[in-house]
Amino acid sequence: MTENSKNVEDNLGSGIACPLPLTDYKNVLLAHGGGGKLTHQLIHKIFLSQFQNKWLDSLHDGAILPMNGVRLAFTTDSYVIDPIFFPGGDIGQLAVNGTVNDLAMCGAKPLYLSAAFVIEEGLAMEELWRVVVSMQAAAKEAGVFLVTGDTKVVDRGKGDKLFINTSGIGVVAEKVNIDPKRAVVGDQIIVNGPIALHGIAIMSVREGIQFGTKIESDTAPLNGLVHRMLEVCSDIHVLRDPTRGGVASSLNEIAESANKGIMIVEDVIPIDEEVRGACEILGLDPLYVANEGKLLAFVPAEKAQAVLAAMRAHPQGKESVIIGEVVDDHRGKVLMRSRIGGSRVVDMLWGEQLPRIC
Amino acid sequence: MRYVDEYRDGAAAQRLADRIRAITTRRWNVMEICGGQTHTIVKSGIDSLLPSEITLIHGPGCPVCVTPLEMIDKALAIASRPDVIFTSFGDMLRVPGSSKDLLSVKAQGGDVRMVYSPLDAVKIAQRNPERKVVFFAVGFETTAPANAMSVWQAKKLGLKNFSILCSHVLVPPAIEALLSSPSTMVQAFLAAGHVCTVMGYEEYIPISAKYKVPIVVTGFEPIDILQGVYLAVKQLEEKRYEVENQYSRSVRREGNRAAQQLIHQVFEITDRKWRGIGEIPMSGYRLRQEFSDFDAELLFEVANIQAEESPLCIAGTVLQGLKKPHECPVFGKECNPEHPLGAPMVSSEGACAAYFHYAPIRTRQEA
Repeated sequence: MTENSKNVEDNLGSGIACPLPLTDYKNVLLAHGGGGKLTHQLIHKIFLSQFQNKWLDSLHDGAILPMNGVRLAFTTDSYVIDPIFFPGGDIGQLAVNGTVNDLAMCGAKPLYLSAAFVIEEGLAMEELWRVVVSMQAAAKEAGVFLVTGDTKVVDRGKGDKLFINTSGIGVVAEKVNIDPKRAVVGDQIIVNGPIALHGIAIMSVREGIQFGTKIESDTAPLNGLVHRMLEVCSDIHVLRDPTRGGVASSLNEIAESANKGIMIVEDVIPIDEEVRGACEILGLDPLYVANEGKLLAFVPAEKAQAVLAAMRAHPQGKESVIIGEVVDDHRGKVLMRSRIGGSRVVDMLWGEQLPRIC
Repeated sequence: MRYVDEYRDGAAAQRLADRIRAITTRRWNVMEICGGQTHTIVKSGIDSLLPSEITLIHGPGCPVCVTPLEMIDKALAIASRPDVIFTSFGDMLRVPGSSKDLLSVKAQGGDVRMVYSPLDAVKIAQRNPERKVVFFAVGFETTAPANAMSVWQAKKLGLKNFSILCSHVLVPPAIEALLSSPSTMVQAFLAAGHVCTVMGYEEYIPISAKYKVPIVVTGFEPIDILQGVYLAVKQLEEKRYEVENQYSRSVRREGNRAAQQLIHQVFEITDRKWRGIGEIPMSGYRLRQEFSDFDAELLFEVANIQAEESPLCIAGTVLQGLKKPHECPVFGKECNPEHPLGAPMVSSEGACAAYFHYAPIRTRQEA
């Protein structure tokens, strides 16, 4: 036996020592903004440890603030998308719809938005104009007003064309109580149409991976749809828009908050053919790809069919479908029944979703 | 999706699972070599369809996991240089070296870019003549033709600013290393369909004969894998050992001669260190002498970088099926998906990570 093969054998016996990922980073990584576990760590270790208070601690899409007998919903979000114009939308439309949707996911009727612009020196005035026109159109469609704002211009090279922050307030109707902790066993989980459109649309125009496709972002305001759903059933338990991190991350967050198990069924999750094809080629899992016009609703079983019917009658919910339910098993985890009848854990994303070699 | 959905059909999968159950009379350990197959097995829950007598052992066929630590350190050293654009397949970016990973280098100002093809890296080199563009050429025989093509094309274009950091590994020597260990538990192999698409399967015939072990060239969809398991178990039950080709829609006996020719023009076979396993003789590719101008290891003088691996993990015994992941003393404690100590805990497809996620559920069902 040669010295080499002896070593190999010893190591096979004693173990393959392998990558030791670093979780305590000295610098902020892109993955800290990816919506997965690193984002979770950043929020908990850095932000929550300082900002802790009873309104923030629910970690909902927005804060619910009781005030003189009215419950206000308050939320904020920043938009840093590259490119700023993409198939199916632009940064302005996204900035309005995103904040409108965050309010809607609190069960609130969105009313007023602020808009703050961080503009890189040199941005074409025509591009800024197109974004602003698009924001106004989106606000009109959602029935909200942009009532206050701010503008900053930074040196060329110190920003990426245009960043927009929007904050919004809305009012939560009486009886409505949306909270991830309220998911209970038997709740039916509804999604309002095909997933993963936004993320794949953006990826299809990024440098380095252009591919010919007609896939468009699904960016849309969901407040009209939510309003209709709450009319049919004011007791909807949970609403969540699965933006970055996708459906898988949202479901994991809810399973963890409620300490319940979630079982979804691969076969019924709506995914467009072209999106499936793109995901196959890029080695991505559509469950982790971002959406901008989708919601997940956890509805009491006896109301599920009525809510589903109402959703299907609404323009934003024509392709709504039940994709799973809350179960009294594997608490805090999400499982999926695969197309071939097996089951697997749908875990939270650890960092950014990276295409695989093999 | 045509040509894919046929291989993910639930009824067909159930029929195959029934056929496997019908011929299985005793315990068998079958290893799937390739990380892509492991991915399908975990993603589709194939384990849960198979009879309990059949254990699938997840093999070392994940290029991300077997790229040696010092090679990652070399990549980090090169990527940190201000004159370099470092390009890589996506999933190498998160693999930690001794102190950090490529994503951290990017966060600290390094120009690290993800590409889908090494030929895109060549284009980046053409567009940035003032920068040095390096591609991290890792992988098995599957990625070798495209990686060889990038070097061949760069030479043809007369590019002076393109090079590759080469850490290619080969499957057959790894199978031999596993089989020659006297303690091995592996009784049959599913060989990697994509590797065989390039290389053919002639080189597996003597291995199968020498070690009396069935080898089934297998594809990557759920039905492929179930068929591969069926053929392997059938051979074991009938006491046969030969090379069979389940993936005949893609693999020919002789492979893709044009791709092989390109590989041999650019690369030559060399001893290669595998992360955690050690050096396996004649188990990798390096650039031939006439392409040494494209060898990033020489150009950036990183050939001498050395690194020490962590000694805690028992992944070697897990990979041979000698121990189950939860029998490891550090499983779920010092070693978990967020702080993995070994390859099988790194990605969600690894044996240890799969056990980590499923264990509480399985335990409850058994109780």
